[in-house]
Amino acid sequence: MTRYFTEEHEWIEVDGDNATVGVTDFAQGQLGDIVFVELPEVGKQVTKGGDAAVVESVKAASDVYAPVSGEVTEANGALQDDPSLVNSAAESDGWFFKLRLSDNHQLNGLMNADQYKAFCDSQ
Amino acid sequence: MSEPEKILPLDGWHRAQAARMVPFAGYSMPIQYEGIIAEHRWTRENAGLFDVSHMGQLIVAGGDLDAALESVLPADIRILKDGRLRYSLLLNDHGGIIDDLMVTRRGDHFYLVVNGATKYGDIEHLEAKLPQGVVVDHMKEQALLALQGPKAVEALARLAPGVAELGFMTGGAFDIDGIRCWISRSGYTGEDGFEISVPASQVERIADLLIAQDEVKPIGLGARDSLRLEAGLPLYGHDLDEATTPIEADLGFAVSKRRRGEGGFPGAARIIGEIDGGTIRKRVGLAVLGRQPVREGAIVVDGEGNEVGKVTSGGFSPMLEAPIAMAYVPAAAAAPGSDVRLASRGKIFEAEVVPMPFVPHRYHRKGAAA
Repeated sequence: MTRYFTEEHEWIEVDGDNATVGVTDFAQGQLGDIVFVELPEVGKQVTKGGDAAVVESVKAASDVYAPVSGEVTEANGALQDDPSLVNSAAESDGWFFKLRLSDNHQLNGLMNADQYKAFCDSQ
Repeated sequence: MSEPEKILPLDGWHRAQAARMVPFAGYSMPIQYEGIIAEHRWTRENAGLFDVSHMGQLIVAGGDLDAALESVLPADIRILKDGRLRYSLLLNDHGGIIDDLMVTRRGDHFYLVVNGATKYGDIEHLEAKLPQGVVVDHMKEQALLALQGPKAVEALARLAPGVAELGFMTGGAFDIDGIRCWISRSGYTGEDGFEISVPASQVERIADLLIAQDEVKPIGLGARDSLRLEAGLPLYGHDLDEATTPIEADLGFAVSKRRRGEGGFPGAARIIGEIDGGTIRKRVGLAVLGRQPVREGAIVVDGEGNEVGKVTSGGFSPMLEAPIAMAYVPAAAAAPGSDVRLASRGKIFEAEVVPMPFVPHRYHRKGAAA
C-alpha cells in the first residue's frame, strides 16, 4: 500500500485499484473544529479535481476534491455520527470515502509524504 | 483590500499565546487559540478574555450634549443617568443603520464604543451632523478588553475590588494594579461580564493579570462570533446595514418610548410608521434541521423557489450542538414556529423560526428589570 498527498491537502492510500481518501492532519488543523461532513454516495463517479465531499467547520464550509477519478465504493458513516473524528484522527479513522480507481496513471502527479511535508512547510 | 493589516497593542501577546491571527476589520486579530468550540464552552462556563481593541472608543463633549446626541440617535439620552450605558444606533435620514454602538454618560461627556470596521465613517458622520461646539475625540491610545462568562465577576473582583457592585449596563472608573481603567458591566456574549477600557501602553499588563486568574482563558474572534449568534445579538455589516431599519432588524427596543412620540431623530417618520404599521421583512432566529450549518448569504425561498429573504449570519451552535442562523424573512413568516426553506450550496434546507436568544441571556441585573 502506498500513501499519496495532494496540494489540496487530501491523502489517498492506494491498494491495487482501490483507494481510501481523507483530508490531512495539516488540513484539519487549518479548518478547526469540524461539525459536519457531507460524503459522496456509493456508486457516484468522481473526477480528479472535481467536488467529492464538503467539510464544515464552525467557521466555514470547504470543498473536498477527488484526488483521482473513480467510482465511490464506500463512505465513512462514522463521520455522520461524529464529525470530530476528522480532527482527532484525520489520517486514520477520519477517512472520508473509498474509490475504485479508473486511471492509475493519475497517481503519478501526486506527492509522497516527504514531498507533502516540504509543501506544507513552504505554505 | 491590499493595504496591510494594522497591528493592535496586544499583537505580540496574542502570538505568544499561540493565537492564529487573521485579517479582520483592517487589523490582524486572533481568530482562535486552542479551538473555537473549546473557547466557546469555556466562556459559557468560566470566563473568557477578548481583545476588542479594534473597536472605536470615542468621547463626545461640549455644547448642548443631550440634545446633540438625540439628533443622531433614537435613544432617550436625557434620562440616561451618570455611569449608565445604553445600546443605540447611528441612523441615516432613511432610518437605515449606519452603525450600532454603546453610549455611556460619564460626568460632563459621553463615551461611545462603535464597531471597528465602521469607526472612521462614524466619526465623519458625527462631525458632520453634530452641532458646532460639540467635539468628537477618537481615543486611539485606549485598548479595549472584554471579560465574559459566569466567573468573570469573581476573577475581575480580585483585581478591581468593587466591580461586583456594578449592575448590568453600568460602569465606573477602577484601578487594576495602579492602572486607571473604565469598566462597565456589559458585553457581546449573552453572559454576565465586563468591558475594560485601558491605556494601550498598559494593556499587556492587564491581560497578563487577567489570564493569571484560574477562571480566565483568552478567547478569539471565532468564539466571539458563535457566542453572539447564540445570544441573538446582531453583527454590524452582516445582520445590520444602511438599508435596514431598527424595526426590520427587531431592534425596536433601541427606539426609546419618548422618542417614538416626539421623533426628531434621523429617519423618524419611517421608523415610527414601521412601529405602528409593521415592516415587510423582519430579522428572526432560525433553527436549521439536520446537522449541516447554513451560512451567511444563503437564500430564503418560498414554495415556488422565489427568493424572499436572506440568511445574514449562520453557524453551528456549540451549546445546542445544532445549526442556527439569523435571517430576514417576510413578516408573514416571522412568527415563531413558522417553517422556512433555505437554499445554500445547491441544496434546500428546512428551518423553523424560533425565538432569540437561542441560549438564554444571563446578565447581572440589579433589583427590578430596568
